[in-house]
Amino acid sequence: MTNKFIKGIARKATWQIKDNEVTPHEVFVQRRNIIKALGLGALGASLPSTAQAGIFDLFNDKKTVTPFVTKPLEFSVNPSFTLDEASTPYKKVTSHNNFYEFGTSKQDPVNNAQAFNVQPWQLVIDGLVDRPLTLDYDDLLKMFALEERTYRLRCVEAWSMVIPWTGFSLATILSKAGIKSSATHVAFETLYDPQQMPGQKSRRLGGGIHYPYVEGLTIGEAMNELSFMSVGVYGKTLPPQNGAPIRLVVPWKYGFKSIKSVVRITLTDRQPPTSWNQLASNEYGFYANVNPAVDHPRWSQASERRIGEGGLFSAKRIATLPFNGYGEQVASLYKDLNLTKFF
Amino acid sequence: MRLTKKHLPWLKTIFHLIALWPIVALCYQVLNEKVGGEPVEYIIHYTGIGALNTLLVVLLISPVSKYFKQGLLMQTRRLVGLYVFAYASLHIFAFVSLDLLFEWSLLFTEVFKRPYILVGALAYVILALLAITSFSALKRKMGKHWQQLHNGIYAVALLAPIHFYWSVKSEIIEPSIYVGLMIAVLLLRLKKQRRV
Repeated sequence: MTNKFIKGIARKATWQIKDNEVTPHEVFVQRRNIIKALGLGALGASLPSTAQAGIFDLFNDKKTVTPFVTKPLEFSVNPSFTLDEASTPYKKVTSHNNFYEFGTSKQDPVNNAQAFNVQPWQLVIDGLVDRPLTLDYDDLLKMFALEERTYRLRCVEAWSMVIPWTGFSLATILSKAGIKSSATHVAFETLYDPQQMPGQKSRRLGGGIHYPYVEGLTIGEAMNELSFMSVGVYGKTLPPQNGAPIRLVVPWKYGFKSIKSVVRITLTDRQPPTSWNQLASNEYGFYANVNPAVDHPRWSQASERRIGEGGLFSAKRIATLPFNGYGEQVASLYKDLNLTKFF
Repeated sequence: MRLTKKHLPWLKTIFHLIALWPIVALCYQVLNEKVGGEPVEYIIHYTGIGALNTLLVVLLISPVSKYFKQGLLMQTRRLVGLYVFAYASLHIFAFVSLDLLFEWSLLFTEVFKRPYILVGALAYVILALLAITSFSALKRKMGKHWQQLHNGIYAVALLAPIHFYWSVKSEIIEPSIYVGLMIAVLLLRLKKQRRV
């Protein structure tokens, strides 16, 4: 529409349309067909729940769900792993989660996981071990003495928390199975149950990750004193959004390495595949050590938003530390490794 | 029914209410902790989606008003266009205030370190220029340059969904839908340009 202004001729108002500018009906129908062919008719049905709640919906209170029941645990505090930094409140730790099995938004896991069933549960330890183990739900809570360790958690998305975990060291459980000398790596696997985990059923909810979610460590990393199997948080059993009934916690690595709701730990003699690396190997490496000097290709890792107590504006931006501040314990594992290349 | 000038105040009021409602809903959700304990990402995403949706609406006003022969609708374009700018402003303010926590030095390094932010920033600069020059007096003064400048909205229609697509970790379905929608809306325009 080129409305040139010519002197002496009344200019049309912007809303006045010439007949020849009106779309003929056939053309309009064609366009509709193009739009339909693009599959956009299903737009409403295919938008993520967050977007629907976002702009179209009104005050739609989600149906109130019965919260998952957590139980108090008996444990001792491990004095070697306490922090001066303030812990992130329980409410935030349990309502701001990345667990794509229950949806990609931060609030999806707490909203979608409350009916998750952890009893019965089976955790299998197999592969290059002397005595393959199968632990059931009660074994997870009773087989080992539980201790509390407060760790920093640094997400690859540049936010962080401080969380008191309850559990036992990974080395304890691996030693019980007996590691064969040929084993070089440990592979972990999350439960695959699309009936319970909507993200595994729907690509839209699950963010395109290939399920089951898998992770891995080298033997040296797995046997490091920091590597921890958590069955609880804040002294109670884990809620599903945090990885019930048992999860890995490796605090010197980005959060996605700390795999949740683990059903299998396999000792192997090769580097196992890891989910985020499979999805985007240029962005997420196998090691994924917290490293302020190596940026994510699309954002900086030099600082992080520490989620603490208080309201929205009370968070702090703090400098990210190499190995998330655990260099003393783990830096020696990587003394011969180029951490820029093996990020 | 053909809308006439006397309907305009009503029409504009309705558009204002539709555009403001999501903001009211967001405040309600956040203040009542309906969206998790740490809704920073949610707010940034929500206001960004708001900008994309209003952008789609502003680009659809012209084709819709032509098809339904409701020329009056064209007079709502500035109003809706300014809401695109308002949502984009809220989106950026949320990023700077809630995510970066007003660390301005970080903002400048981030804009250049993160290409998707650079794309978004470029779209925002264009939107700001359009908002500044949206006054009638200025429009008259600028003559044909006004239309040239305001064709920049088509650049925004390309940059904004690219910014969205590029920013996500893996959940590409929603941004893909917006890329598709914007292309569809722009194709409508291309057709129009060719016919005239």
